[in-house]
Amino acid sequence: MTEGRVRVLMAKAGLDGHDRGVKVVARALRDAGFEVIYTGLHQTPEQVVNAAVQEDVDAIGLSLLSGAHMTLFPRILSLLAEQDATDIRVFGGGTIPDDDVQSLKALGVAEIFTPGASTVDIVEWVRTHVGESAVSGR
Amino acid sequence: MVRDRTLEEEYRIWEEERYGRDRSASFTTLSDHAVKPLYSPLDTSPESFPLDIGWPAEFPYTRGIYGNMYRGRLWTMRQFAGFGTARDTNRRFHYLLQHGVTGLSVAFDNPTLMGIDSDDPRSVGEVGRTGVAIDSLADMEVLFDGIPLDQVSTSMTINAPAAVVLAMYVAVGEKQGVAPEELTGTLQNDILKEYIAQKEWIYPPAAGVKLIVDTVEYTIEHMPKYNPISISGYHIREAGSTAVQELAFTIADGMTYVEACLARGLDVDSFAPRLSFFWNSHIDFFEEIAKFRAARRIWARLMRDKYGAGNPKSWLMRFHTQTAGVSLTAQQPENNIVRTALEALAAVLGGTQSLHTNSMDEVLALPTEKAVEIALRTQQILAHETGVVNTVDPLGGSYFVEALTDDMERGALDYFKRIDELGGVLPGIDAGFFQRELGDAAFHYQRQLERREKIVVGVNEFVTSAPSDIPVLKIDPEVERSQIAGLTELRTRRDDEHVSAALARLQSAAERGDNVMPFVLDAVRAYATVGETSETMKRALGAYREPAFV
Amino acid sequence: MDNSGIDGRVATLTERLLRGDRRAAGRLISTIEDDSASVEQIMRAVYPHTGQAYVVGLTGPPGAGKSTVVDELIRVLRESELRVGVVAVDPNSPFTGGAILGDRIRMMRHAADPGVFIRSMGARGHLGGLAVAAFNTALLLDAMGMDIILVESVGVGQSELEITGAADTTVVVIPPGMGDGVQAIKAGIMEIADVFVVNKADHPQAERTVADIRELLRMDPSPPDWLPPIVRTVATQNQGVDELWRVVQRHRQYLEQSGELRRRRKRRVEREIVGIAEVRLRAQVLNPKLATTEFETMIDQAAERKIDPYQVVERVVPRSSDAGR
Repeated sequence: MTEGRVRVLMAKAGLDGHDRGVKVVARALRDAGFEVIYTGLHQTPEQVVNAAVQEDVDAIGLSLLSGAHMTLFPRILSLLAEQDATDIRVFGGGTIPDDDVQSLKALGVAEIFTPGASTVDIVEWVRTHVGESAVSGR
Repeated sequence: MVRDRTLEEEYRIWEEERYGRDRSASFTTLSDHAVKPLYSPLDTSPESFPLDIGWPAEFPYTRGIYGNMYRGRLWTMRQFAGFGTARDTNRRFHYLLQHGVTGLSVAFDNPTLMGIDSDDPRSVGEVGRTGVAIDSLADMEVLFDGIPLDQVSTSMTINAPAAVVLAMYVAVGEKQGVAPEELTGTLQNDILKEYIAQKEWIYPPAAGVKLIVDTVEYTIEHMPKYNPISISGYHIREAGSTAVQELAFTIADGMTYVEACLARGLDVDSFAPRLSFFWNSHIDFFEEIAKFRAARRIWARLMRDKYGAGNPKSWLMRFHTQTAGVSLTAQQPENNIVRTALEALAAVLGGTQSLHTNSMDEVLALPTEKAVEIALRTQQILAHETGVVNTVDPLGGSYFVEALTDDMERGALDYFKRIDELGGVLPGIDAGFFQRELGDAAFHYQRQLERREKIVVGVNEFVTSAPSDIPVLKIDPEVERSQIAGLTELRTRRDDEHVSAALARLQSAAERGDNVMPFVLDAVRAYATVGETSETMKRALGAYREPAFV
Repeated sequence: MDNSGIDGRVATLTERLLRGDRRAAGRLISTIEDDSASVEQIMRAVYPHTGQAYVVGLTGPPGAGKSTVVDELIRVLRESELRVGVVAVDPNSPFTGGAILGDRIRMMRHAADPGVFIRSMGARGHLGGLAVAAFNTALLLDAMGMDIILVESVGVGQSELEITGAADTTVVVIPPGMGDGVQAIKAGIMEIADVFVVNKADHPQAERTVADIRELLRMDPSPPDWLPPIVRTVATQNQGVDELWRVVQRHRQYLEQSGELRRRRKRRVEREIVGIAEVRLRAQVLNPKLATTEFETMIDQAAERKIDPYQVVERVVPRSSDAGR
């Protein structure tokens, strides 16, 4: 199976060290045929966005369990805009309360997966929202 | 009565004649350990009572470390708390003390855990979010305002900058007129599990262990009532390990600390009685109870037989337990009250010395006061209503529990052998052994959930679409601004020359390899910040960078 | 797609790349990886702007700490204000299906540095081969103005040797305690190694590994003008990598003074030309004939031993009249 070489950058922004979820999702995306670039823990939004541009990924998946989501997601979106890279889709996961999910989506975060989300759903979402649409949109 | 059949024959006949058809092909624990349909005397040996089970307060302590356990004294109900500024958390502490908690437990925010100040650009958005923001002694003074440190024992969940926070605690005591000798409490101070699981680090592993030995040495000399390390399996489990991995990796970490202290020239009986442990209590009831019982037994055997400790107090594994945060679900969050109650019951039946019960909303954010109160009431119901405290180790002798306890011990010993082959815990971390074991276990469990081989109510079965409407605690962004303002003000108020001189002395001490504690204390007393102190030591000890293991 | 005209998008991206635009660089690398039709246009546009950068290849077995060495090298180079491009190749990722590329975790402290550009590359795709894609990526980074390009590849197999073998200086990173392993990887490695690094040199077995490598070098019957030095590093503690860079510079000096650099680069261009020619020949001459039913029939006949493979080839690609004289 081929995904037309869809590349996804999986990142942990901020200072929290909970990487169980991000690694499980990275493995699930790999098994589904995606090329995953994992940038490791404790990254600043600048590092994440610069890596995304250099790696020319189709999407950034951001994992946050630190409560800093209302700071870090908007920062990443605005850095992407500065770098002429708003076509890179941003999705995320973590302990994010419902009303914050709505605010983040309004700001341009494509999707948020909260605790209990299955990797099957995440893979399916990436397949439909990142795969083909991003490739044909180029 | 004389038997005309052997037990094995009786079992076989029972299985053929009495046992019906199972509703599932296999039954396994949460950690995927196979469970048999029935346990009987066939699963234990006649020697198991004298050798492996024995009496409470006697070697190998499988049944508990105290003779009369909760008939003598209930466990300490210790609720982990911390958010916002020191002032906010101080208020929560007073609330908890009024409602009957018997020990405090401080949660620090991510910048503090990483040894970074609140005004550092990397801290943006994180100040006071998942714990209390502490930048300097000034914040610690506020945190313990009105709390007499000679009467309330305090546990502090801090690791990479543990030496700095311990020094601040000592300095707050000084201000209150409480000598270090009088201070009681526990410092988590377990850096190895940070590299393995929790990932809040500053220095490379060997330097991290060296700092821990420094704090142990310091407390032996100056703080006889204080526990300098809480060797923690909790985070290893939260990061995805199985019960056996939690048990094995944590005790392996413990052995590493013991060996490092011995290498420093400390007498095993001088420090071993102050080592304590911290376990996770997950949702698989009997597996957890077996884990706690096996842990005590393994540790007692290691301390007596491998490390030659002569003082029976050195053989005792005292431990704190927290219910499993990772077992909580964002869906139907009220169900979490039930999960936490069962996990807490397992911890009590496993003989814990202190317990934190999670609040139902912790999967969404920091807990509200109401949710914390329910969690605390859960412990009080266990202690005062259920009667489970009336006898010591009520499950001792259960064929199933004893067999599972043996399995746990065997599983841990197998891992010890593998870790030895790798050269020990530090080379194992370098090689990514633990990180990969955890990643594999977490991924395996996730797959089981998705194939619905494991069921979580509200997540992959009995799902409802009704949104939860429990209230969620929000941290006001104003917290960050006021914390930074306070820090800026401190930087102008304090004597900078004094600070720089103390930090310079600290750096040379760290470079020489001296015990840094007296120098950290001086820096802290001069109001050097957590960030400045950590940065100074980093210049001497180096910085840790994450290896690439996915 | 119309290949005869100039693809406007690619042309614009190429112009932007030559101005040092990082977004364009990222895009173009993907394009040469994914879309073989555009490769010629892109590479022709950038070629006149290449040849400025010095390319260092780093290879070695998994677990040797290459990414950490690369990370430290970036630090050393940035202190000299050199602009650094990195191509981190993981040839061991599966050819089909997905991959997790994690090499750049080690280098993330340089991610936001405008003087550094890091690109990870997995094994999938790459019709012309992974080595060609890595090499072309290095050319793009060269064209965008990088002074030094580090090409990192895991492993010591043939494809890894091809990837790093195209470098000006090739560094082989060996972890301590390989014992017989050093012997085992001798083939191929000894030929391409210009510098050896024994990383994790604080390990108790490090000196033994240094001695093993030295022994292997001594056994080489014809000692070359350049005897590969062995550098000890503890990259996680920032030790030895400054020395490694000094050794690489010394090697560069040797290559320049001896004329070897010109010879190496010439051979590299030659290999490149031959490679491109082979691809074209295959596409123009061979592939159309291989796609015929006639060819299928001949395979059947050869399988049944009615004709032999040489006869098939003679019919597909007839020997020129003067060949074989």
